[in-house]
Amino acid sequence: MYIIVVGGGQVGYYLAKALLDEGHELLVLEKDAARTAFICSDLGSVCVRGDGCEMTTLAEAGAGRADMFIAVTGEDEDNLVSCQAAKHKFNVPRTVARINNPKNETIFKKMGIDVTISSTNIIMESIEEEMPTHPLTHLLDIQEQGLEIVEIKIPSHSPAIGKTVKELPLPAGNTLSLIIRSQQKPFVPDKDTILEAEDQIIAITTPESEEALGTALRGS
Amino acid sequence: MKVVIMGCGRVGGKLAGLLDIEGHNVTILDIDDYSFRRLPPEFGGTALVGNGTDEDALKKAGIEKADAFIALTQGDNRNIMACQIAKHIFNVPQVLCRTYDPLRQELFGSLGIETFSPTTIFAQMLKERLLKAKPKGEKKAK
Repeated sequence: MYIIVVGGGQVGYYLAKALLDEGHELLVLEKDAARTAFICSDLGSVCVRGDGCEMTTLAEAGAGRADMFIAVTGEDEDNLVSCQAAKHKFNVPRTVARINNPKNETIFKKMGIDVTISSTNIIMESIEEEMPTHPLTHLLDIQEQGLEIVEIKIPSHSPAIGKTVKELPLPAGNTLSLIIRSQQKPFVPDKDTILEAEDQIIAITTPESEEALGTALRGS
Repeated sequence: MKVVIMGCGRVGGKLAGLLDIEGHNVTILDIDDYSFRRLPPEFGGTALVGNGTDEDALKKAGIEKADAFIALTQGDNRNIMACQIAKHIFNVPQVLCRTYDPLRQELFGSLGIETFSPTTIFAQMLKERLLKAKPKGEKKAK
């Protein structure tokens, strides 16, 4: 796959390194001369100095034959504009943008950016999940379908203890996929499985209903 | 009409003054309140410190009731993003955007944002003026 990465900061640099290791053809566009020189000396000639929002730079970078376009600069407006240029001017099939301000997620989605990654949200969630009182841990987002996979631990005071899965007030569309119980092999629950304290549950939910799922399994 | 202007530079400040004199309801946004010195002393509109790519700042500026939004900051991308927010999130009927880069003007014009490039306009104007004046200049040179 040919991948263009806009922005050679920490994210762009480590991303480039990982993608090269996976064997992809790659080009990083970076505005800063010193940063460009650093990346080239470290990773080989995979970085070109240039503005990823300039059509001429993108044309020279071969955006027309890119399979994927990833904008990871620290400026949301630059990521938005360069992804739109890639998509509409060069018909890149898949555009990915980093979003720094979580408020901007809506406009990026509306403008048709295929995948958005809100770095602020991710950092915030990771820290929140380290809090002992945090109800659920996000394991995976399935963006296309609006689903997410989460992990929830049943606390010792939960009203769900002793109940079967079918008795739980689970929000519509939510599924308990796996239970990890101490001293046992992980198993897939059915509607008659009785929940126990300290069960770790892997569930499929949606961003809208995750709170209700948390309440159903942990109490309010 | 209610107009929200983003960016109180020379053009933004001037335009705000012109619209205000004609009785329009003008709100101008800038991230630096020092920029508001460019507004005429008799300016009767609202000057707000805020970032025009921030939905909350735009709401404060009354974007939900605005008839027009104009983006005039120094950053082409910032202007484009703000205009897209105004048009696609707040459904402002008339949205005008400045981009210095003629290629970005072309692209985002084709994506439905009315975009002006002072680079193109001014270069064209200078060229026309120059070619019109040329015969006279040549005579003088001899």
